[in-house]
Amino acid sequence: MIAGAEPLSLRGTLSASPRLAARHLWSAGAQLALADIAAGTALGAALPDLAGRAVLLRVADPLYAAIALIELDGVARRIVICPPDLADDALPGVIEVAGVEAIVSEMAGIETHGLTHAPLTLPVRPLAATPEATRQTEWVMFTSGTSGPPKMVAHTLAGLTGAITPAPAGAAPPVWGTFYDIRRYGGLQILLRALLGEGSMAMTQPGEPMADFLNRLAHHGVTHLTGTPSHWRRVLMSRESAALSPAYVRLSGEIADQPVLDALKTRFAGVPIGHAYASTEAGVGFEVNDGLAGFPASFVGRPGEVEIRIEDGSLRLRSTRAASGYLNPGAEALAGDDGFVDTGDMVERRGDRYHFVGRRNGVINVGGLKVHPEEIEAVINRHPAVRMSRVRSRRNPITGAIVVAEVVLTDTAADPATVKAEILDACRRELAPFKVPAMLGFTPALALTAGGKLERAFA
Amino acid sequence: MTLVMQETILNASEQDSCATDVKTDLSAVILAKFRDVAAAQGKTLSPLTEDLVLLESGLDSLCFAIIVATLEDELGYDPFTEAEDVYFPVTLGDFVRFYDRGR
Repeated sequence: MIAGAEPLSLRGTLSASPRLAARHLWSAGAQLALADIAAGTALGAALPDLAGRAVLLRVADPLYAAIALIELDGVARRIVICPPDLADDALPGVIEVAGVEAIVSEMAGIETHGLTHAPLTLPVRPLAATPEATRQTEWVMFTSGTSGPPKMVAHTLAGLTGAITPAPAGAAPPVWGTFYDIRRYGGLQILLRALLGEGSMAMTQPGEPMADFLNRLAHHGVTHLTGTPSHWRRVLMSRESAALSPAYVRLSGEIADQPVLDALKTRFAGVPIGHAYASTEAGVGFEVNDGLAGFPASFVGRPGEVEIRIEDGSLRLRSTRAASGYLNPGAEALAGDDGFVDTGDMVERRGDRYHFVGRRNGVINVGGLKVHPEEIEAVINRHPAVRMSRVRSRRNPITGAIVVAEVVLTDTAADPATVKAEILDACRRELAPFKVPAMLGFTPALALTAGGKLERAFA
Repeated sequence: MTLVMQETILNASEQDSCATDVKTDLSAVILAKFRDVAAAQGKTLSPLTEDLVLLESGLDSLCFAIIVATLEDELGYDPFTEAEDVYFPVTLGDFVRFYDRGR
């Protein structure tokens, strides 16, 4: 981008696409010709009223999220993008913190919390007048796996697209596919790559069987496919993957270990395989394209758009791709005084490479979804027979990690088997499935630090 | 269905009867684990046949993660982590043979 130039809006970018007629977005339930939305609307008469507003995007089908982002970028003041698993009871707090004035959704009869509901409906209708994209819209995303109320960070389109380079001239038009949901940072990156890079995209949504999505990807001729190492392990376990012939394979969102990189190299022989580091807070950090786990030590301290530093064992990033800050009142600063964001991802140098060894504070990454041990311990500790508990990560070849709980019972506790069943029942009632301890054992005592806190390991 | 699968593996085996018994035990341990995890996770398990595609078994990644971890505790090894050649099984038969080769 030329310094000082105003970034184009998404709709403006699409309208300028030389091969717009051939480009599409597909979800499991619907499809969209990008030419239609470049000159049309699914919001209809509601669109002009959303100009300058803070809107909440709460959709069931992610295709509608893509449509709303195209229509509202440059028009709305702020777009709050709800991830698919955001609980209904979190909405009032989110609306208050983000100053939401309208809810955009394709769902009829959605709870509006007293706000205006701007309905998204297909097919796309022609626009009466193209809304002027005059604003730098704030894109608000949720950080993954916080304990307590959901945490929101603010991005700009310029920051979100900072890592996206123009497609080489004459390159075949890409068809992107991702196993992520586009309402999370990793998936949104792919949507933006497709929209800005003359591409099309197939998207999935929670509940779609992997085999169905793989069949759709093959049907649409996917060329650029991305997911977490856990997603990719699942692809490798499928028969449908034989029908895929991607030109580019990308992993992010979790530690990419050597076995999964090697397995992908074998399955997709000759195809470039990259693994990327990105976070909702720090933005896209870097890509590793040499097929090896970890990243070269030479990345640290090198000049460039993203500066990388290791301090106290954790990875720190500084770039214009980082979020501008948390929306939540009283939240800590996202970056330090020097502008570096502490990612909380711990690294260890082995020879000329750094390897990821886990997260500070024992945060567990289960297949790309982050789990705070304290949230699970709180549920376990509510059982009357429990004195204390510690939740930690156990390394796993399928999901990278699983959640394991160690529990100390009170002296008067009843039969441990009954207590265990009751604790797990409570966890299943109150927690998302990936947060429920996969294993739970009893122990006579747990080690505490000198400060009286539970000792936690990194990974 | 369990028996069908064990017989198929039995017939395919060219090892002596003692080794076959061990293999049958291994298969039984693995199938029991599939059932336990499916029940604990509230999943409806497809009939456990040799050629059942794992992704169509009704179990998700988390279920497989738990199966592999608990099998590691019971059997003392995890072929996914220990195998020299990287391999991801597609069918239940592949899965059982992977564990059999890995021990």
